[in-house]
Amino acid sequence: MCDDCGCGQAHDHHHDHEHDHHDHGHSHKHNHEHAHDPHDDIQVQEVEVNTPIFAANDRIAERNRGFFAAHDLFVANIVSSPGSGKTTLLARTIELLAPDLRTGVIVGDLETDLDASRIRTTGAPVYQITTGQLCHLDAKMVAHAVKNLDMKALDLLMIENVGNLVCPAGFDLGENVRIVLLSVTEGEDKPLKYPPMFRFADAVVITKTDLSAYVDFNREKTIENILTVNPLASIFELSAKSGEGMKEWCDYLKNYAGQ
Amino acid sequence: MHEAGIIQSVLSVAEEKAQTSGATGITVIRLKIGTLTGVVEESLQHAFDVLKQGTLASRASLNVQYIHGSVFCSVCQKEFTTSDLLCICPVCGTPGHEIRSGMEMDIVSLDII
Repeated sequence: MCDDCGCGQAHDHHHDHEHDHHDHGHSHKHNHEHAHDPHDDIQVQEVEVNTPIFAANDRIAERNRGFFAAHDLFVANIVSSPGSGKTTLLARTIELLAPDLRTGVIVGDLETDLDASRIRTTGAPVYQITTGQLCHLDAKMVAHAVKNLDMKALDLLMIENVGNLVCPAGFDLGENVRIVLLSVTEGEDKPLKYPPMFRFADAVVITKTDLSAYVDFNREKTIENILTVNPLASIFELSAKSGEGMKEWCDYLKNYAGQ
Repeated sequence: MHEAGIIQSVLSVAEEKAQTSGATGITVIRLKIGTLTGVVEESLQHAFDVLKQGTLASRASLNVQYIHGSVFCSVCQKEFTTSDLLCICPVCGTPGHEIRSGMEMDIVSLDII
């Protein structure tokens, strides 16, 4: 080994130290006769980056996607405002799908494992992510959560995102479909007020239809507004409580997950 | 939107790039952000001013190029520009969903010392 720089080459090689030299220090080694802008002598270099801001999340999301595909697992990212009925819908869906599909669930909340506990009563494997302060799930959290579930024993994975109609739309988790819930109590103009989230959706599920009459739910206007923001969205109308519309929703999932 | 999270990601990428380039400081960070992402300029700048403290970018300025939304109307068969998140064609009123630009969120370059 060379004693001068520690490399493995023979002793007679040339040591070139240019690479250790930083230009910023030298400006203060000569005599100053006049005041000058300290930046004059500092060499500024422009470095190209050309990277998406969320490249790190996207990279992990793609890795998740590959992992799910390798296990023949269909994955749905379920998002909505807090209180739209995600947990109730998931629990009921799992029960109805049980003869045909094995479902696992990852739940995201800021605190508690109350949602996970409720879904666990169906017998499905559930993993709860508590995000602390973070208002959305990201690919890294999902990658970690997935290690706690036996993917080989599942056909369908539902990810119940944090209740939030804004932030989750920006974060790819590696899912196959994005489902946005909108309950009849939320008002028909929700899609117009939150375009990014509704545009992000592959399917919009209108929930709690059993309450429609009590809140003067305007069905036509709601559907019109959803399609204004996202003409390609599939739309489901259901009530997990009464069972109305649950068959069409379950058929949709069976159709995808069965492939 | 998620300006604090965006800035955290920006600083993370910028510092890593600066370190591998042998820099001791960053003076400018250039971003390209589409107006259809919903990012608010003031919030982004504020988040940057706060979060850059203690990083290689503590003296850096943030230079953002905002890209207008460009949406293709399938009825008119033409593109229209918009900053409105709803993307409704100003000519025929049809909602457009084919967004061709305006969703960018990129770190373009850094000035390092």
